[in-house]
Amino acid sequence: MRRFIVNVTFFGLIGLGIFWFLTRPETLPETALDGLTADATHGKQVFYAAGCAACHTAPEAEAAEMPILSGGQTFPSPFGTFTAPNISSDPVQGIGNWSALDLANAMKHGTSPDGQHYYPAFPYTTYARASLQDIADLHAFLMTLPADATPSQPHVLGFPFNIRLSLGGWKWLFLDDTWVTQAPTPELERGRYLVEALGHCGECHTPRGPLGDTDFGAWLTGAPDPSGKGKVPDITPGALGWPAQELAYYFETGFTPEYDSAGGHMTHVIENLSQLPAEDRDAIAAYLTALP
Amino acid sequence: MKNLFKTTGAALSLALLGGTAFADGHVDAAIKARQSQMQLYAFNLGALGAMAKGAVAYDAEAATAAASNLAAVAMLDQSMLWPAGSDSGAAKTRAKAEMWSNYPDVMAKGKALSDAAVAMQAAAGTDLDSLRGAMGAVGGACGACHKVYREPES
Repeated sequence: MRRFIVNVTFFGLIGLGIFWFLTRPETLPETALDGLTADATHGKQVFYAAGCAACHTAPEAEAAEMPILSGGQTFPSPFGTFTAPNISSDPVQGIGNWSALDLANAMKHGTSPDGQHYYPAFPYTTYARASLQDIADLHAFLMTLPADATPSQPHVLGFPFNIRLSLGGWKWLFLDDTWVTQAPTPELERGRYLVEALGHCGECHTPRGPLGDTDFGAWLTGAPDPSGKGKVPDITPGALGWPAQELAYYFETGFTPEYDSAGGHMTHVIENLSQLPAEDRDAIAAYLTALP
Repeated sequence: MKNLFKTTGAALSLALLGGTAFADGHVDAAIKARQSQMQLYAFNLGALGAMAKGAVAYDAEAATAAASNLAAVAMLDQSMLWPAGSDSGAAKTRAKAEMWSNYPDVMAKGKALSDAAVAMQAAAGTDLDSLRGAMGAVGGACGACHKVYREPES
């Protein structure tokens, strides 16, 4: 009996150790960004392509040239309600004292500067595919945006989702930075980068499994609206049927081919996409029309 | 020309008013009327958008006509079109109840649309680039209201 208890304890501890090791908050090497020169002007393009302002501006904020990323928008989910934090350049309430490497760890690994797991309401599951150069450029641009001292509000989550440590297991199972689709041409490759690495279309337009994991087998085929009312549309060509030119025009103006307009959270997306170069909107349209 | 729009606008208003006064379900009639107004926006925007996209050759006269329609429709008096009880909680519509509790904001957003439509009226007859530029502002004004006051499609 004693031997049994010793064995259970021994192997139990080893198991916990392995679990801890596999699920610890990952970070990039300290030297990961060495040799990169940050370009804030290009960072602005990354900012619009990644749609940061869509979630991190205040709930009623209007579109602005220099958005105030004070946070506060809430996102209901089956696990509880997430509140977007302040990521303005304020050094205390925002991310003003973050290094570019801190931002890279947050975006690529969902790890905070103090080594905690972020919830995947922050779409690092998408940003994991972003290039380090883009992240360095984005960091430089974010530092030029206004500071705001509004404190970030806590998420309101039920047990056991309120235990951040459990996210290590979630990431180990679901955080995957491989591409979802093939990209045989340069335009499709650019479109894929914009959709799968920055634009995070799939976060709302792809259904999720019971643990909130993206169902890659049903990529961009639509999902229930997270508010619980209505749905986020299927945007694969078979279901949507919009030619590339119509898609690109929608991204520029918000007008559908029937001249209805974008609504709800998609209006934020249009505000961002309309700031991109026309070739980028065309690339996203090409990507979407090439989907199976 | 301007008088014609005024007359058309007044006639439309009267028609809508008459419609609402005599219909059995005045809520349903009001919803139908405001949806028809949206259709009129869409139809005229379609004419402008086809030129903006390059699907149809730019024609200053046709563009001006469509833009003038758009502005006329945007300036219709809508006070009869949004009766109490015509929100998504009570009726078959995607209009959120928040519209009725944020009246000043709704009016401001409506004003932004008519301003954008008036700007389009000037731009549409100027040249294709001006028309293209003005489309973005109109789309933004449509989206500003649909962003907060329209339910997602079911």
